[in-house]
Amino acid sequence: MKAVTRRAALVALGLAMLGAAGGAGAQSPQGEPLKIGFSMALTGGLAANGKAALIAMQIWESDVNAKGGLLGRPVKLVYYDDQSNGASIPGIYTKLLDVDKVDFVVSGYSTAAIVPAMPIVIQRKMVFLGLMGTSVNAHFNYDRYFSMIPLGDGGALQLSKGFVEVAKTIQPEPKRIAVVALDAEFSKAAADGIKQNLKGTGIKVVYDRTYPPSTVDFLPLVRAIQASKPDLVFLASYPVDSAGLIRAIRQTKLSASMVGGVMIGPQIGGFKQQNGSALNNLVTWDIFAPEATMKFPGVDAFLDKYRPIAAKQGVDPLGFYVPPMAYAMMEVLGQAIEAAAKPDQALVAEQLRNGTFQTIAGEIKFAANGEWAEPRSLLVQYRGIDDSGLDQFKQAGKQVILYPEKYKSGDLAVPFQ
Amino acid sequence: MDIELLVNTLVSGLLLGGFYALATVGLTLAFGVLDVVNIAHPAFMVLGAMVAMLCATAAGLDPVLVGVLLLPAFFALGYGFYGVYFRFFEKRGDAAIQGLAFFFAVMFVIEVSMSMALGPEQRQIETPYSWTTWQIGMVEVPLRMLVPFCLGMAVLVALSRWLRSTFIGRTVSAVGQDQQALRFVGVDPVRVKRIAFGIAIAAACLAGSGLLLVQPVDPWSGHTYIGRVFSICILGGLASLRGTWLAALIFGVLENFTSTYVGPAWSLAVAFGLLLLTLLVRPQGLFAR
Amino acid sequence: MKQPLSTPRFSLCCLVAALAVAVVFRMAGSEYLWFSAYVVLQYILLATAWNILGGYAGYVNFGTAGFFGVGVYTSVLLSKLGVGSLPAMILGAAAVAGALGLLMGYLTLRLRGAYFSIATLCLAVLLQTLVTNWDYLGGSRGAYMIRPQPPAMLASPVEYLFVAMLAMSALAVCVARGIERSRIGYAFRAIRDDEVAAESSGVPTFRLKLLGTTVSGALMGMAGAPAAYYSTFVEPASAFGLAYAVNTMAMALIGGLGHWLGPVIGAVVLATVQQVAMVTISSDFNLLLVGLLMMAFLIAAPKGILGLIRPENRP
Repeated sequence: MKAVTRRAALVALGLAMLGAAGGAGAQSPQGEPLKIGFSMALTGGLAANGKAALIAMQIWESDVNAKGGLLGRPVKLVYYDDQSNGASIPGIYTKLLDVDKVDFVVSGYSTAAIVPAMPIVIQRKMVFLGLMGTSVNAHFNYDRYFSMIPLGDGGALQLSKGFVEVAKTIQPEPKRIAVVALDAEFSKAAADGIKQNLKGTGIKVVYDRTYPPSTVDFLPLVRAIQASKPDLVFLASYPVDSAGLIRAIRQTKLSASMVGGVMIGPQIGGFKQQNGSALNNLVTWDIFAPEATMKFPGVDAFLDKYRPIAAKQGVDPLGFYVPPMAYAMMEVLGQAIEAAAKPDQALVAEQLRNGTFQTIAGEIKFAANGEWAEPRSLLVQYRGIDDSGLDQFKQAGKQVILYPEKYKSGDLAVPFQ
Repeated sequence: MDIELLVNTLVSGLLLGGFYALATVGLTLAFGVLDVVNIAHPAFMVLGAMVAMLCATAAGLDPVLVGVLLLPAFFALGYGFYGVYFRFFEKRGDAAIQGLAFFFAVMFVIEVSMSMALGPEQRQIETPYSWTTWQIGMVEVPLRMLVPFCLGMAVLVALSRWLRSTFIGRTVSAVGQDQQALRFVGVDPVRVKRIAFGIAIAAACLAGSGLLLVQPVDPWSGHTYIGRVFSICILGGLASLRGTWLAALIFGVLENFTSTYVGPAWSLAVAFGLLLLTLLVRPQGLFAR
Repeated sequence: MKQPLSTPRFSLCCLVAALAVAVVFRMAGSEYLWFSAYVVLQYILLATAWNILGGYAGYVNFGTAGFFGVGVYTSVLLSKLGVGSLPAMILGAAAVAGALGLLMGYLTLRLRGAYFSIATLCLAVLLQTLVTNWDYLGGSRGAYMIRPQPPAMLASPVEYLFVAMLAMSALAVCVARGIERSRIGYAFRAIRDDEVAAESSGVPTFRLKLLGTTVSGALMGMAGAPAAYYSTFVEPASAFGLAYAVNTMAMALIGGLGHWLGPVIGAVVLATVQQVAMVTISSDFNLLLVGLLMMAFLIAAPKGILGLIRPENRP
C-alpha cells in the first residue's frame, strides 16, 4: 500500500513538474538535440560582421527552441572561430562533421569562408547554405548548395546593375565614369562587374584603379579621380577605406552626377553614426533598408532583440546589413527541415530547391544553381541625414531605395554635391 | 601638367609625412637609441588611440588634448615595461631575436585585449575641425591632417631640444653609444633606458591621438604601420630625429605622388622599394650622423 | 658517448618514422586529423627552414610569408597553365622560391642584424603587391584550386596533401640536420657568433649565407605549394599573411634555435595548442592564450624547450 502511494505521489510530482516546465505556452522540445554546425569569423578582419551574424543566429536558435524546436527536438548551434582565415575552415568542418557529428552545416561569413568548406560538404553530400558569398557555385555546380546573398544569377554583375540602370536615367546623359576598387575579392568582383555592365551603354571608363588595404590617405586618389572629370564615380570599398574615401570626397568637393557604388561600411550602424551627414546623396549597394517597401513580417521584432545584445558586444548596433540575412538563412534551413519531416540531406535539399520561404528578409526562392531566383540587390541613396546620431536611421526616408522597381521608394537626387 | 594637382599632391604628401614622423619618433628612440626592436610600437599607438577615444568621448574633450593628458600614464607604462624587458632579456645577454619575439607576443596580447574589451568594430572621433579644409590660394589644407603634422613637428622639435639641452636628455643620447661612460658619471644606465622607453611609449600615445584624426581605428590597425615605421626609422638613419622627420616626409610624398600619378596599388611598394634601394646602397640611412 | 647517426642513417630513420606516422593516421582514417596534422607539419617545415638561416647562421628572416606566398602562387600559376599535379607544383615552388632566396641573399646579405630583417620584410611586401596586381593569377579576386584525385594507394585528396607535407617536413629535417652537422653548419655557427672574425679566418661567409637563403627559401616555398589545394580558395592577403612570419619565428624560438630538433618541438607544441584551442575555446581568448604562452616561454625558457631539457647541449 505504502509503495503504491509513494509511486503515485512521485508520478504526480513528475507530472506537475512537467506541467510547470511547459506552462509558458509552448512545449519544451525533447530528446536528442538537432545540431547545426558552422565556422564564424569571431576574430580578425571579418569579425565585425561575423559577430553580428552569430548574434542573429543565436537569436534564431532561442526563437526556434521557444516554439518547440525543429522536428520536436531542441536545436543546438555548434560553432568555432575561423579567425577570418580560410586555412582553418577545412579542419573546422571536418571536426564538425566527423567528430561533433552535427546534423546540418551552414557556412561562415563571406566567400573566403564558404569556398574552403565546399569540397568537404560536397564529399559528404551535405546541404550547405552560404552566407554572403559571390558566385561560389559557379565553380562547383553542387546541387545542394544554396546561396544567401540577394544577387541572384548574375552574381557580381548584379552588384552594380542598379548603379548602371539608375545612371541611365540621369539627364543630361552621363558619358564618363571613374571606377575605383579595393584590392579584395568582393570589391574587385564588383568593379569587374560594372565594367562588364557598362558595355554597350556608351559610358566610357576614364579612370580605373585599385588601391591596397593599407592606404591611409585618400586625397591623392580622389584628386586624380577629379582630374579625370567623371560624370559618375563608382567606388567598391570596405569599411575602413569607405570612411577615408568619404572624407576625401567631401574635402575635395568632388563633383559628379552620382557618387557611390558597392561601398561596404555605410550599411553598418557604427559607420552611419560616425559619418552622419557626410553620407548625404551617396548611393550604395545594400540588402536592406527600413523603407515601407521592405517591411517584411518579423524583421522589426528581430531588430528589437538584436540591438541590445549587439550594443553590449561592441558590434553593429543598427543591424541592417548581415544580421537579417543570417537570421533568414537559419529560417530557410529550419523551414526546409520541418517540411522534409526528417533530418535527411536529400529530402531537405529537395525542399530547398522547390520551396518558397517566408523570412524576415522577405520571400526567398532558389533557382537551379542555388542562387536566388529573384535578386534583391538594392541601390539606396542617403538623404536628409544630419549629425543627430543613430536613431534617425531607424526611420524611413533616410535611405531611399532607387532600384529595383519592385522595392523602389524614391528617385535619384542629382547632383552629388 | 596640372599645377594645382601637383602642388596639392605635394602638400598632402608632406602632411601625411608629418603624421608618419609622429608615429615613428617613438621607435627612433626605442630602436635607434636603445636597440630594442619594438615591433609592438604600432600596437601601442593603437592602444593610445583607443584609450584617447574613450576618454575624449566620455569627457567631451579634444582627442589631442586627451592624448597630452594621457602622456604621464603611457610614460609610466613604458617605464615599467622596459624594466620587465630588461630583467628578462637584455640582462641575460640574449640575442635580439628573443626580445623581438617577445614584442610580437606583446603586440598580440595588446590587440586581442582591445578586441575583447571594445569589440572588433572600427572607431572614429568627430572634432569641430574634422571636416574643415583651409583654402590657401590653390592649396587645400585639411585640418584633420594638419593637426597631426603640427603635433609631429612639435614632438620632434621638443624632443630634439630635450635630448641636447637637459642632463637627462643627454644621458639618453649617450646610453645608446656608451653605457660604461655613463656609469663613470654616476648615472644608472638602466634607469636612463627606462626613461627613454617611457618617452617612446608616450610618443606612441600621442601618435594614437593623431591616428584617430587621420583614419578609423580598429584593434588591428597597427599592422599596416609596422613596415612603414621601421622603414622610416631605418631610412632616417636610426637614431637621428632629424633623419626620421625628413625620411617620413619623403615617404609620405612618395606614397602620395605614386598614388596620384601611377595608381594607389603601387604606392606602398614604391615606398618600400625606396627603402630596399637605400639599404643596398647606403645602409646607414639617408641622413645618418 | 654514443656516436650520433650519420646523415644517410638518420635519413633512413626519418623515412621510417614518416611512414609509421602515415600508417597510423591512415588507420585512424579521420579526415579531421589529416587536416589538423597538416597544419602542424606545415609549421614543422616552415620553422625548420627558417631555423637554417635564423638559428644556425643568426640571420632573422621576417619575410617567411613572402616565400610561402610565392610557393602558393607558383602552384596557382602551374594550375592555370594546365599542370595540376602536386609533385610538379612542389618542385616548381621549390625552384622559384629557391631562386628568390638566391636573389634576396644577393641583395641583402651585405646587411646585418635588423637591417637584414627589415629588408626581408620589404621584399615580402613587394612580392605581395606584385601578386595582388597580377590578374592572371586571380589577383585580389582570389583563385580557386579544386583538389585533384589522389594516386591509387591513398584514401582521399586530404590524405594526399597530408602525406606530401609529411614527406616534405621529413626531408627538411634531414636537410637541416645534415647542414648542422657538416662543415657548412660549423661555418654558420662561426658566422652567428662573430661574423667579422669568421670572415677574417677565411670562411667564405657570403657564399655560405647565399646557400642558407636559397635552401631556406626553397623549403619555405615548398611549404606553400599544397596550401592552395588545402584551402581551395587563395587570395594574396591570406597567402602572404603576417601570421606565417610570426608563428614560424615563435615556434623556432620556443623549441630552441640552432639545433634541428628545436623547430620540430616548437612547431608540434605551439601548432597543436593552436589547433586544439581553435576547436575548444574558439574565441578572442584563443589568440590571447597564444600570445601569453609565447611570452611565458620566452621569459622562462629563453633557450627554448631544448634549452630546458638539455642545458649542456647549448646550440
